[in-house]
Amino acid sequence: MTDTSNARDWAGQPPYLAPDYKSTLLRSPSKPPIKLPQTISEITGPVYGHESVTGNDADLTLNGRRNGEPLGERIIVTGRVLGDDGTPLPNTLLEIWQANACGRYVHKADQHDAPLDPNFLGGGRCVTDANGVYRFMTVKPGAYPWGNHINAWRPQHIHFSLFGPSFVTRLVTQMYFPGDPLLPLDPIFLATPAATRSLLIAEFSLDATESGYALGYKFDIVLRGRNATPMEA
Amino acid sequence: MNLRQTPSQTVGPYFAYGLSPEQYGYDFGSITGGDMAPPEVEGQRIRVEGRVFDGAGAVVPDALIEIWQADAEGRYAHPADPRGSNATFKGFGRFGTGTDRQSRFIFDTIKPGSVDAGQAPHLNVILTMRGMLLHAFTRIYFADEAANAMDKVLNVVPAERRHTLIAQPVGGNVYRFDIHMQGVDETVFFDV
Ligand SMILES: [Fe+2]
Repeated sequence: MTDTSNARDWAGQPPYLAPDYKSTLLRSPSKPPIKLPQTISEITGPVYGHESVTGNDADLTLNGRRNGEPLGERIIVTGRVLGDDGTPLPNTLLEIWQANACGRYVHKADQHDAPLDPNFLGGGRCVTDANGVYRFMTVKPGAYPWGNHINAWRPQHIHFSLFGPSFVTRLVTQMYFPGDPLLPLDPIFLATPAATRSLLIAEFSLDATESGYALGYKFDIVLRGRNATPMEA
Repeated sequence: MNLRQTPSQTVGPYFAYGLSPEQYGYDFGSITGGDMAPPEVEGQRIRVEGRVFDGAGAVVPDALIEIWQADAEGRYAHPADPRGSNATFKGFGRFGTGTDRQSRFIFDTIKPGSVDAGQAPHLNVILTMRGMLLHAFTRIYFADEAANAMDKVLNVVPAERRHTLIAQPVGGNVYRFDIHMQGVDETVFFDV
C-alpha cells in the first residue's frame, strides 16, 4: 500500500455541501468519495513550466491594454508556493483571474451593472522561480454582488489555479484582502473551516510594495506534498 | 506534514478568460484545450464527449473538466514516469461546458495505453464548477476494453456503481461519458 503523507487535508478544506452557499445543494456529490491508493496516474501530472508563460502574462496592468492604462489601485501580489512539508516548489504554473477595479468581470455572462475597463482583461499567468516565488502586477479587484441571497456581495478576491508536482496536488482557490468587511458575511469564505480560513487572506507588505507605484500583498500557497511511492502494480 | 494546505475555493462562474480563454474567444492564449493530440502524436484517435448533470437533472453549462492521460503506450509525460514519454504528447486537456450549444465537454485525443499491469486504459479527470468548493476526482474507462475486468481501481468500486466510470462507444471514434453529481447514477468520485 501507499504512503499517505500527501493526502488531502479534508479537515482543513471546505465541504462539498455547504447549504448557505446555495449552488452547492445540487452540485455536491451526495456519496463520500472512494479512497484509492495512489498509482502512477496520481503521482504524475501535467507539467507546465517557464515555457508556458510569455511576455506580459504576469502583468495584468499591461496584458489587456488597448489605448491606455487600466483604472484602479495598482497592486503587487507575490508569495511562495510550498509543499506541505515546507519545500518550495519551483517552476510551477499559477493562473489567476479577477474582476476589474469596479467589480466587473470581462466574462460574457457577468451582467453586473458596473463598467468594463477596455484596458483590463483580468487574466494572468506566472511560473515560480527556483525558490518557489511568484509575482503578479495587477489592480485591486472590486467587490461585486451575486445572487446567493438578498444583498449578497463577494469580498474582493483574486482566483488562483495551480498544478503543483502531480495530478493530486491541483488547487483552485481564491485570495482575499485583509480587513475586508464582507469576509464575515461571505458564505464561500465561511464554508472554509475556521482553522484554515486565515490562509486565504493575503497580508499587506511594505517590503513587497514598490515605492511610488504599487502596494504589495503577500500570499503564500501550500499544496499537498510529493508522494513518490505509488502502489505496486 | 508541518504546514496546513491552502483551502480550496470555488472556481466560480467566470473562469473562462483565465483558464480557457481561447475556447471561449477571449484575447489571451490558452495553455491547453479540448484538442489534445496534434497530428504528429501516434495513437488511435478518439473523441470523448459528455455532459454534467446537477442533482435536479439539469445540464450544467459552467463546469470545467480537465483530463490527464498517458500516451498510446501507457506512458505519462512527467518525470515520475521512469519509462519516458512520447515527447509530442503532453497528456493534459481542459474544456469548459459553456461554448457548446448542448453544454457538452469535448476532448479530441488518443486512446491511452495501460499504464501498469493492474490498470485498464483510463483518463484521469478533475471536475469543478460554480457550486463546488473543492474539485472532484474521477476516471473515465472505455466499455470496449477487456482489461476493465481486472482493473484494481474499478474493482474497489461497488459493482452497481462501476458503470458510472465507463464511457460508451456511440459510433465512429466517439465515446460518451456523462457525469451526474447526484441521483441513482451519481458518478463515483475518488479520494486520492
Ligand atoms: Fe470571483
